[in-house]
Parts: sequence; C-alpha cells; structure tokens
Amino acid sequence: MKVLVTVKEVAEVSDDFAIEGTDIAPADLEYGLNEWDDYAVEAAAQLAEAGIAEEVVAVTIGPERAEETIRTALAKGADRAVRVWDDAFETGFTDVRAKATALEAVVEDEDPGLILGGVQAADTGFGATGVALAERIGFEHAAVVNDLEIDPDAGVAHVHRELEGGVEELTDVDLPAVLTVQTGLNEPRYASLRGIRQAQQKEIAARELADLGLAAADVESDVTITSMTEPESESDAELIEGDATAAAGRLAEVLRETGVVA
Amino acid sequence: MTDDALVVAEHRRGELRDVSYEAITAGRELADARGGDCHVAVVAGDVDAFAEDLNREGVDAIHAVPNGEEFDHTVYQAAVRQLAERIDAGSIVTPNSVNGLDYAPALAEDLGVPIVTDAIGVAYDDGLTVTREMYGSKVETTVDVAGDRFVVTVRGGEWAPAEGVGDAAVETSEVDLPESGARVTGFEEVGGGDVDIADADVLVSVGRGIGEEENLELVEELADALGATLSASRPIVDNGWLPKNRQVGQSGKVVTPDVYLAVGISGAVQHVAGMKGADTIIAINTDPNAPIFDIADYGIVGDLFDVVPALVDEFE
Ligand SMILES: Cc1cc2nc3c(=O)[nH]c(=O)nc-3n(C[C@H](O)[C@H](O)[C@H](O)COP(=O)(O)OP(=O)(O)OC[C@H]3O[C@@H](n4cnc5c(N)ncnc54)[C@H](O)[C@@H]3O)c2cc1C
Ligand SMILES: Nc1ncnc2c1ncn2[C@@H]1O[C@H](COP(=O)(O)O)[C@@H](O)[C@H]1O
Repeated sequence: MKVLVTVKEVAEVSDDFAIEGTDIAPADLEYGLNEWDDYAVEAAAQLAEAGIAEEVVAVTIGPERAEETIRTALAKGADRAVRVWDDAFETGFTDVRAKATALEAVVEDEDPGLILGGVQAADTGFGATGVALAERIGFEHAAVVNDLEIDPDAGVAHVHRELEGGVEELTDVDLPAVLTVQTGLNEPRYASLRGIRQAQQKEIAARELADLGLAAADVESDVTITSMTEPESESDAELIEGDATAAAGRLAEVLRETGVVA
Repeated sequence: MTDDALVVAEHRRGELRDVSYEAITAGRELADARGGDCHVAVVAGDVDAFAEDLNREGVDAIHAVPNGEEFDHTVYQAAVRQLAERIDAGSIVTPNSVNGLDYAPALAEDLGVPIVTDAIGVAYDDGLTVTREMYGSKVETTVDVAGDRFVVTVRGGEWAPAEGVGDAAVETSEVDLPESGARVTGFEEVGGGDVDIADADVLVSVGRGIGEEENLELVEELADALGATLSASRPIVDNGWLPKNRQVGQSGKVVTPDVYLAVGISGAVQHVAGMKGADTIIAINTDPNAPIFDIADYGIVGDLFDVVPALVDEFE
C-alpha cells in the first residue's frame, strides 16, 4: 500500500522576538520539520522497511522555503514529495477546512491506503487537520496514536490512543485510515549523509491549486487572525537576578525557607 | 435556534471529567452573548446519572444519548451532528481533550462548519472571536470566525466550572448510527513502577533544555543534594532517558509537591496541566519569555549548566 505522510514546516520563535501586525517578525522565526511529523515520517519509513508500505509520499502545503523541510522527510525515508502552494495561501492564515480541501485533492491523485500525520503542529497547535481530512475523504481515523501495528492482510491498524493521565485506549481501525501520531511512538532517525545525498535526487512535485482542479475560493479560510500580543504575565514571580553563584545563593535561601529542604 | 449553544460533556470509565462543567460555562457565555439557550449533550455510558450531575445552573436542556458504554468517535460524531441539526445549534462546544480531538474536527467537517480548537476565551458580537495561544504559548492571538455556526474546543482549566443545581429538562434519545470502522478493544494503564512522583514533597523536574542524556547526571546530583525526586517533561521520556512513570503532565502524572523545580522546561500547556498545583514553583530557563515563568513563584533566567552546579554547591 502507498503511505502518505503529511508534514508541516513549523516556525519556532527565538528567545527575543517582536510582533509585527498579526505575526512574529520573520527575522525572529526559525523553521523546521514539525516534531510530531518527524515521528510520522519515521513510522512510514519503518512500514517501508517492513515491506508493508510500497511507497512513502510526503505532502506539505507550504511555500518554496518549505522544500528544505520536505528534504528532511525525504532524507529520512520518504520516496518522493508533493508540495502544494498557491498565491491564494499567501493572504493569511489557512484554516483546517482549507487544508483538508487541498489535501483531499492530493489524496485523490495519490490514492494512499494509509495517511500518517502529526497530532498537532507545534506553532499553531490546532490538532485538527488529520481527523478533518479523514472525514472529508471517507477514511477511518484515530487521533493521538502512540503505538501502531499494521495488519495489511486483515486491513486493520491496531493502535493505542494516548488519553490523559497515563491511560491508553486500544483500538482496531479499519484501513484505509488517517492516524495522527504522538511523540514517543518510535525513535525518529537522524538523516544519514547517504540519506541527505539521496534526498537531493528525489522528486518534489510542486502543485498549484489549478493543478489540483481547485480555485482560490475553495481554500478560502473561515478563520482569520486579528491580533497577536504577548500575554500579560499574571505571575508575581520573584525574578532572581545576578550571576549563577549569586542566583543559586538566593535560591538556596528560598528553598530553605520553604522548610522542605534542609 | 442558531443562537443556541450545544455543549458536549466528556466522561471516561464511568466518571464525568471536570472539563465538562467548564465547557458548560463557555457554552453559557456564548448562548448569553447570542441571546440563545445552552444545551448539554451527554453521549454513551450511564447517561441518566451523568445528566443529573450535568444539571447545573445555566443549563437549559440536557440531551442524553445512551448509545454505547465508552467514547466511540463514530457515535459521538453522529449523535452530536443529529442533535445539533435538530435543535439548530450554532455554537458547538467540546472539551479540547484527546477524545475531543478525535471527533470534533470530523464533526465540523460533517456539518460543513469551521472549527477553532484549544480556545482560552470566546466572545460573540456579530460573529465568533476566539482567544487562543500560538508558538508554544509565547503569544496570544484573537481569531475571527466567519459564519454563525462553528465548533469550538475549549482548553481545560480556563473557565470556572458550572455550579449549583439547574432545572433543565432531560430528554433521552437514541440516534441512528452509521457502522463504525474503529473498535475499542480495551484500556491500559501505563507509567506504573517503583517510584510514584505524585508522592514526592520536592521534585526536580528536567526538560529538553538538558540537551543530552549524559547531562542528566547534573540534575540527578541536584535531586540528591535536595533530597528530591527526579521527574521530567515529555521529551525526556519520549527519548527513553527516563521511564514513563517520571513524566509530569496531561498524559503523565499530575503532581502537587511542596516545591517543583523546573529545569530547562518551557511550560507547554500539557506540561503545566500536571504541575500547576504545586505550592512553590521555581523555574530555571534561559528564555525570559518561556511560559513557565508565568506560573512560577521564583524564576532564574539563566543557563542551567551554570545555575544547577552552583545550586548543588550550596547544599553540599
Ligand atoms: C496530546 C499531548 C499530550 C502531551 N502530554 C504531555 C505531558 O504529559 N507532559 C509534557 O511535559 N508534555 C506533554 N506534551 C508535549 C508538550 O506539548 C511539549 O512539547 C513539552 O512539554 C515540551 O517539553 P520541554 O519543555 O522539556 O521542551 P521545550 O518546549 O523544547 O523547552 C525546552 C526549554 O529549555 C530551555 N533551555 C534550553 N537550553 C537551556 C539551558 N541551557 N538552560 C536553561 N534552559 C534551557 C528553553 O528555553 C526551553 O524553554 C503533550 C503534547 C500533546 C499534543
Ligand atoms: N500546511 C500543512 N501541510 C501539510 N500537513 C499539514 C499542514 N498543516 C498541518 N498538517 C498536518 O496536520 C498535523 C496537525 O496539524 P494542525 O491540525 O495544524 O495542528 C500536522 O502534524 C501535519 O501532519
């Protein structure tokens, strides 16, 4: 079966940052592969190694800059990639439904038997794309999967869903399915030099909306970011200043005052 | 009516989860802002008993759907969709829990309405405005949502739980169920073992800021010096550096020690969910904007590789 892995390039904010309009200043953002998607890529690579996945295709909705992130996925085991982008996405935030629309079109082209994505994107933290996509394309799904075993003959994925408080739900999910992957599912590999070299030769197909049979109106977002602020700190924390020795001295005092540390 | 809110309660293994009552408060807020009613849906399990507990002040109607015992996303999606259509509710509110995330996005798709997750505030005035965080809680955003129907999932701990006793009418109705392609076969408790971090008076908790496994020695020394127990944030456990029973947070343990010393931990919401009840929270972090400082009582903005050894010296 073919495995599609959705990967997002996410932005991490540097320690010092400025807000410009409704986003962080570009200079204060650093981009990389979403942590959760790293685990999804690894899961797909392991399915390929086990002979269950015949092909692993990474798909992203992202600007040209995202090719670097896509190359990471290729270096870690994806066979080829599709990158969807269009001027229509430049105008602002892309909501869950708009993403599902674009991904649905890719699914129609690729016809995968399994789709793996992350539980959430670290930057926007919606945690919704995979399950929305599943509903859109009529696949089964499971969210927050931290254990996975595919039985291709039975057409079933045996998964654990990680609930709150150290409880896992054991579920059998019929294929085809979308699974959103939790960190800790596996041990994501480092890209080897050989993998990185090979990734340079792999195809990243760029697709605009028209290539997917879509128009700008199809991916119009219902959700618009209207403001971004640094949250008011509610804490009345005592900030301990000074060099490490002085700070440690004051902290030791605090700890002794609590009476729990001698 | 479109102005009505429909709040979906959450329960697990026979118990309503607290966030259900918080979601009622959020739903009530939206219903008030729109001049509508606040409905509550409870799906599966002992719905009659749940309905009684959910009958809090501000609830206008309770819909009990007795299909199934435990959470099943197919049942939840079908039940809530059918209820939402029947009462024509415009604001659908669910907890932003692991199970919420397993059906709410599909429900929104099914209804053809937008979804905004992990809300920490909601307002309605011509349309929905949601307050939520981004970039690992470093910034707060407001988002406007087009249309008068939507699904919004609410973060736990942000709304006061609905209290008192209401006089809502309880209506029981089974729903038509599509066949489910996902079957729950059981549950497993994980994270047991020799150490129970929930018992400790003092926790030294280590996060990704520690960098490498071999650096753990540093915090182990500190824990020894303080007579404390070592706990960790999720990445440390994901990496296999410490066992699962040391993980603090939403999917790990909830701890309430006298002192919680967070070393190289950013303070992600799922981590904070497990330790915000500690008496005294101390954070050591190089990033002055790390959200952990928002809940800390004492903070050192500094490099743990300088501060921790200096602290060990103080106690030796
Ligand atoms: C469904 C779900 C459940 C989850 N459950 C949990 C859970 O139970 N527990 C949990 O912890 N997480 C949980 N998470 C993950 C959570 O979202 C975060 O990813 C995680 O808590 C981050 O851990 P961290 O703070 O150690 O790492 P990071 O967020 O990477 O933070 C590392 C921090 O270290 C600081 N730092 C770096 N170098 C130094 C230095 N030299 N000195 C001092 N400070 C330094 C950095 O400034 C940064 O603030 C869950 C996520 C999801 C989606
Ligand atoms: N722009 C995107 N391109 C490809 N996949 C995405 C994109 N955004 C989100 N996803 C996938 O959906 C998961 C959850 O993201 P989100 O719902 O945005 O929190 C991510 O881990 C990705 O696997």
